[in-house]
Amino acid sequence: MTRVILVVAALFFVALFLVLPLVAVFAQAFAHGWRIYIEAIREKDVLAALRLTLLVAAVAVPLNVAFGIAASWAITRFDFIGKNLLVSLIDIPLAVSPVVAGLMYIELFGLHGWMGPWLSQHNLHIVFAVPGLVLATIFVTFPFVARELIPFMQAQGSDEEEAAVVLGAGGWSIFWRVTLPNIKWALLYGTILAASRSIGEFGAVSVLSGHIRGRTVTLPLEVEMLYNEYNFTAAFAAASLLSLAAVITLIVKKAIELISGVHTPPSKEDFAE
Amino acid sequence: MARRSAVKALIQLKRSSPLPGFRLSLGFTWLYLTLIVLLPLAAIIARSLRGGSAQFLHAISTPRVEAAFQVTLASALLASVVAAVFGFLVAWVLARYNFPGRRIVDALIDLPFALPTAVAGISLTSLYSEKGWIGRFLDPRGIHVAFTQAGIVLAMSFVGLPFVVRSVQPVLEEIDTAMEEAAVSLGASDWQVFARILAPVSLPALVTGAALAFARAAGEYGSVIFIAGNMPMKTEIAALLVVTKLEEYDYTGASAIAVAMLALSFVVMLSLNLLQWRLQRKEGKRI
Repeated sequence: MTRVILVVAALFFVALFLVLPLVAVFAQAFAHGWRIYIEAIREKDVLAALRLTLLVAAVAVPLNVAFGIAASWAITRFDFIGKNLLVSLIDIPLAVSPVVAGLMYIELFGLHGWMGPWLSQHNLHIVFAVPGLVLATIFVTFPFVARELIPFMQAQGSDEEEAAVVLGAGGWSIFWRVTLPNIKWALLYGTILAASRSIGEFGAVSVLSGHIRGRTVTLPLEVEMLYNEYNFTAAFAAASLLSLAAVITLIVKKAIELISGVHTPPSKEDFAE
Repeated sequence: MARRSAVKALIQLKRSSPLPGFRLSLGFTWLYLTLIVLLPLAAIIARSLRGGSAQFLHAISTPRVEAAFQVTLASALLASVVAAVFGFLVAWVLARYNFPGRRIVDALIDLPFALPTAVAGISLTSLYSEKGWIGRFLDPRGIHVAFTQAGIVLAMSFVGLPFVVRSVQPVLEEIDTAMEEAAVSLGASDWQVFARILAPVSLPALVTGAALAFARAAGEYGSVIFIAGNMPMKTEIAALLVVTKLEEYDYTGASAIAVAMLALSFVVMLSLNLLQWRLQRKEGKRI
């Protein structure tokens, strides 16, 4: 009997606390009917924001995947001084508020920042421009792939790769034909997490953005701007696209977990927005 | 002879390994981290201390900043408690019971991770505002959530919940049922089994999850700013104050608050690491 009460209580809580907000997004988006919704989605600014969001993710995610692979290779296959420091550094974005992350980049690349004068001289714009958005997104999402791969590769051990060396395989050959096939599910899992986060990042991007519609506004920022202009239906319409992406992420994650048995580590998961 | 090999040991970056790619992978990793993490971190710390440490302390102790930290930390604390209570319930149910739709619920727990914070923010606000689906029940009874501190706590609990569930769930799943069965066969009641076997084992994970939820909640921005009301001295969170100062071009002030927030996060994470390390040592000794 306690079982039933507990299960019902938990389900009620989940429905109220998690499901309802998700449903509310779509309910508000379609509050005035399909046609208004489609119009809102096809607004110039929304489409531009969507394109920018996808562009930023398309740049940030592969770079972070490269970092994740490099870092976990170094950390799990070798012993060296400073390894613990390295692992702690990788966890830093998880503990930093997104607004602080954005500000950090302004202080480095902004007009009055350390590299500001040099950047102005060469007419390079990072802050309040797309490169800044990419950098902020990279900062917030780079731990994800690494943190998936490190425990996985640690647990797998290097036996197969060492065997490949003994058999005469060269570096890249080992990577493509031994390592990569072994880590593919963990890698995919981490990539999905990083991609989902890149699309949804708000705080850090907001600080670095400049909010120029059509140019430096990503979809989450567009949602905020529409909402602050009291254009609720449009805001929720844009939000519904992001919510759809979130739901797809959850489904893909679950599918990978079920197919491959890969589980996210329980400690210190994604932190900053 | 001994001195030479000691020096050699220091310079040697690794014990010899047959695998290739050490310098390439490590070099790339350090380069990336320097550019993406270390340099920006140094830049913001430098800026916050630009007027000297006295100016730094002054910038973070004005009434408005102190109020913002109070609101943020008190709300984050409350939120981590809320997340801990409900998170434990959900983790328990997921780990120990099978029911139709269990997999869907399990996947849904990660929703606050996957959903952009701005979307969560506007959705929660619309739900709990006066005419919202939940607000229309609460408001007439005098329970105001939107644009009050309660709203801040709500939004923070939303983003903190997955940390608790994902910390506790694996621990509960891995508990050896043999222990419980032994206790029951020795005559323990349900409550005794819970209080003396299951709770102590899951307590460290619960504390870890709650601490992570706290640290996240303290830095949260997007989910909170819509439902908060954002009134200085009353419902203004620290992260918002940083943005406000930025908009006023007070870079030094904004950096000071930001660095204070960083220091706080690091303290929480460090304490958590220390706690986990201590607990691991205790476990080791017991065996």
